[in-house]
Amino acid sequence: MPASFWGRVSFLLQEYWKSYLQGAGTTLLIALVATFVGVVIGLLVGILMTIPVEKNDNPVKKGVLKVVKAILYVYIEIFRGTPMMVQAMFIFYGALQYMNINMNMWFAAFFIVSINTGAYMSETVRGGILSIDPGQTEGAKAIGMTHFQTMNYIIMPQALRNIMPQIGNNLIINIKDTSVLSVISVTELFFVGKSVAGVYYTTFESFFIVSIMYLIMTITCARILRHMERKMDGNDNYDLATEDTLAHTSGMTNYIEKKKEEEEYR
Amino acid sequence: MAENENRTVSPASSGSHIIRVEHLSKSFGSHEVLKDINFNVDKGDVTCVIGSSGSGKSTLLRCINLLEEASSGHIYFNDADIMSRENNVHNYRAKVGMVFQHFNLFNNMTVLENCTIGVRKVLKKDDRYAKEIAEKFLEKVGMIPYINAKPAQLSGGQAQRVAIARALAMEPDVLLFDEPTSALDPEMVGEVLDVMRALAKEGLTMIIVTHEMAFARDVSSRVVFMDDGVIAEEGSPDVIFNNPKNPRTQEFLSRFMNK
Repeated sequence: MPASFWGRVSFLLQEYWKSYLQGAGTTLLIALVATFVGVVIGLLVGILMTIPVEKNDNPVKKGVLKVVKAILYVYIEIFRGTPMMVQAMFIFYGALQYMNINMNMWFAAFFIVSINTGAYMSETVRGGILSIDPGQTEGAKAIGMTHFQTMNYIIMPQALRNIMPQIGNNLIINIKDTSVLSVISVTELFFVGKSVAGVYYTTFESFFIVSIMYLIMTITCARILRHMERKMDGNDNYDLATEDTLAHTSGMTNYIEKKKEEEEYR
Repeated sequence: MAENENRTVSPASSGSHIIRVEHLSKSFGSHEVLKDINFNVDKGDVTCVIGSSGSGKSTLLRCINLLEEASSGHIYFNDADIMSRENNVHNYRAKVGMVFQHFNLFNNMTVLENCTIGVRKVLKKDDRYAKEIAEKFLEKVGMIPYINAKPAQLSGGQAQRVAIARALAMEPDVLLFDEPTSALDPEMVGEVLDVMRALAKEGLTMIIVTHEMAFARDVSSRVVFMDDGVIAEEGSPDVIFNNPKNPRTQEFLSRFMNK
């Protein structure tokens, strides 16, 4: 065992690099999948929670909607209001003990982080929807779009852009918070770090490595999300379409030519 | 007035009205905005609704398009009660277009997409047809060069012309205008009114809520003056602007004409 700090760090890396990388991979996989599933849950719940109820609606529809909204509300409150670590213990061991379901550890990990993220994202999505000018909804309604079409084509694309920073936040939180899954023995990065630390009593060195790996993952993900945001914003500029062939200079596309090309193509 | 001669070109009014409003009332809480409104619109009519702010003009228009739920009364479209539960709101709205004060263009779409989305998704037409019809109407409002622009990149007048093209692309039976020039800089008002004037000449049925008195006088076949939630006076532009009977109408118009 080397005497210096850096020596011990490089020793651990040489011996256990594979385990660290596997742990980081597990962490990243759970975080990415769970964030994605969480966003999907959030979008669905967000859409359901914002369905307007009108006086003229059929009473059956009103009743169903009320029940669904109540259930979703309870879901959000429970999963936002209890620690994920407690949820993990409760669901994983509870299912084993009382329902005799021996959950696959991977399934348990994805499930717990996903529904947790979903609960947070539902509120984020609702906020995103509320942030869109009601005029957008009215414009869509006025050409005859249904609630679902309005959400799908008009509101969600704009809301999604607005909540991208929050989705990024959630991804980063998930990368870090998967560490609580060590309580149900998921071999993610924290679990690996703890195990390696225990072998040679090198807690400081092992968690130094683990910290750096978490940082690399979170910073990389933040960067990628920023890039995606910029892509969603699209061009700052647009080309004028002109029929004037003499005005066909930069910043313009020739409309007639384009039309002709299309006709020939047909 | 040249415009008035063109009115004879538009389709003659049939026996039944395209829109019939009967005993329409609307309250926001205890505040009664519309009180027992009755009026009809025939095919080819250009009805201008004038009146001071808060008189219920916009609310009336929004009730007709079901964006606002009336408290009582009936609205008939081609003799079908659109406020009954059996009425398909979406089909009805597709036939009755609306142009808003603040344009309400879809910010996530280009000018062309704004005009095709309804044709594709609501009318379920194919992409090629949607593009053709959108381009036809964008050409009409003079916005073809801007088909690739996003709404945020347009001036108010341009945005409103696109909004008109978007509504026209749905080929509506009636087009409602809710103060289409009120949010525009004075220099852009003309370009939008020109487009609307052209539509009026073609015989499109329109209901226009406006503060542009000169425009209302020139273009409309009928003028409705609203005051404090009731229709205080209605008639031909000549009668309303030159010989108003109701003292409220006289007062309102004199305030406008003196400016």
